Amino acid sequence: MNTIKFDNVYVVGSAITGGPVEKEGPLRDYFDKTYDDLYCESKTFEQAEQKLLKDSIDLVFKKTGLRDKDIDIMFGGDLLNQITSSTYVSRDYKIPLIGTYGACSSSMLTLGLASSYVNAGYANKALAFTSSHNATAERQYRYPTEYGVQKPDTTTYTATGAGAIIVSNIISDIKVTSATIGEVVDYEVNDANNMGVAMAPAAYDTLKKHFKDMNRDPSYYDLILTGDLSTYGKRIILELFKKDNIELNNYDDCGLIIYDRQKQHVFAGGSGCACCALTTYGYILDKMRKKELKKVLIVATGALLSPTLIQQKETIPCIAHAVSLEVLE
Amino acid sequence: MNNKQRFKDIVKKTEDKKDKLGRALMAFISGGLVAIIGQAVYDFFHLALDINESDSISLMLVFIIFVTTLLTGLGLFDKLAQKMGAGSFIPISGFANALTSSALESKSEGLIYGIGSNMFKLAGSVITYGIVSAYILGIIRYFALLIGGAL
Repeated sequence: MNTIKFDNVYVVGSAITGGPVEKEGPLRDYFDKTYDDLYCESKTFEQAEQKLLKDSIDLVFKKTGLRDKDIDIMFGGDLLNQITSSTYVSRDYKIPLIGTYGACSSSMLTLGLASSYVNAGYANKALAFTSSHNATAERQYRYPTEYGVQKPDTTTYTATGAGAIIVSNIISDIKVTSATIGEVVDYEVNDANNMGVAMAPAAYDTLKKHFKDMNRDPSYYDLILTGDLSTYGKRIILELFKKDNIELNNYDDCGLIIYDRQKQHVFAGGSGCACCALTTYGYILDKMRKKELKKVLIVATGALLSPTLIQQKETIPCIAHAVSLEVLE
Repeated sequence: MNNKQRFKDIVKKTEDKKDKLGRALMAFISGGLVAIIGQAVYDFFHLALDINESDSISLMLVFIIFVTTLLTGLGLFDKLAQKMGAGSFIPISGFANALTSSALESKSEGLIYGIGSNMFKLAGSVITYGIVSAYILGIIRYFALLIGGAL
């Protein structure tokens, strides 16, 4: 059983921050704060990512009227080595921290864990947060930002931003109904410029397990959303389900929602921890509050690669974690 | 195994055709353009300013390196390179950009641990194998001349 069903976990509030490209994208109206350049008024890109993350946490506190002492535990994760964005930002809060690493699946991993803590009664209120930054991710996983190399069309664009969400056992309009923790899946893709394709089988695996565990059909949900599979990964999900004789017409990917691929130079779409977090904690939750969407399943996908292992000709193990949200009638 | 094969078939089915011809053509045109600019600059130094041949070549290279470095610093070179491909990568502009971008990137870690040790992170390979192949070719040339002389 990969799925935990929750009885009493509700969304208290969320906040998202973004960078210059995200600000120009289709989700521009959903941000709580944005910056005009990648430095975000900081000296280095790493500090910029921390600033985005700290802003998102401070803003979720401001929006919900809560403070450090109201939160029993927090879960955080990001893409950088030693998850430094999460840990360095956590210095400023007197809240117990569990740092996690799930690459770009961090958003649903941390939300799922925070919800599990609340559901089990270990916490009354829990905070989940994640961040990513285009320049810090490029630097760690790919090339220097200004390096002139021709990227293939399958490349994705790491989103710059951060998202924070608070869940509690006090009833609100949006309920966290379940979390499906994924298994590591490796279908032997070794192209680090094609991570949407590499991650698609992991998303498919987690989705299948979720439907089986919950005894549900994909049509139960108004929207099924994957984290950052982008153009090519999305096609594969649709094909994989088609082979099972299931036509997914309620499916989309955050990487295609967060940017306008016609107008913005983001290759196959968005990626990174922030891609799923910004789309879900900003846009999707807003749609749910307006009751335009009532049942949503979000599957955040993560490619668990390191540049060292890719250079050693290893393949890319991937993971996907799902969380379902429902509007209370 | 069956699943993995099935997945590979789906990947093949869903991927877009790569526009290799288009990219090659673009590289040919843009790379040729860089060469024309280089030739014009060389002619300017050699014919207009009457500088000798080898100095004019060096000055032309310095000019291309300077322009590349400036464009990299202004954040324009990577955008150009996405369009030009091998057209900007193969001329000395590619090498200059590799150095400048690495230096810019590591600026935040200071002069020693940052710029100093990271500047050649990408371009290091070019230097290493440039020296190795020069060494090997030098040996071949030496013996070829010996044999040629004996004949």
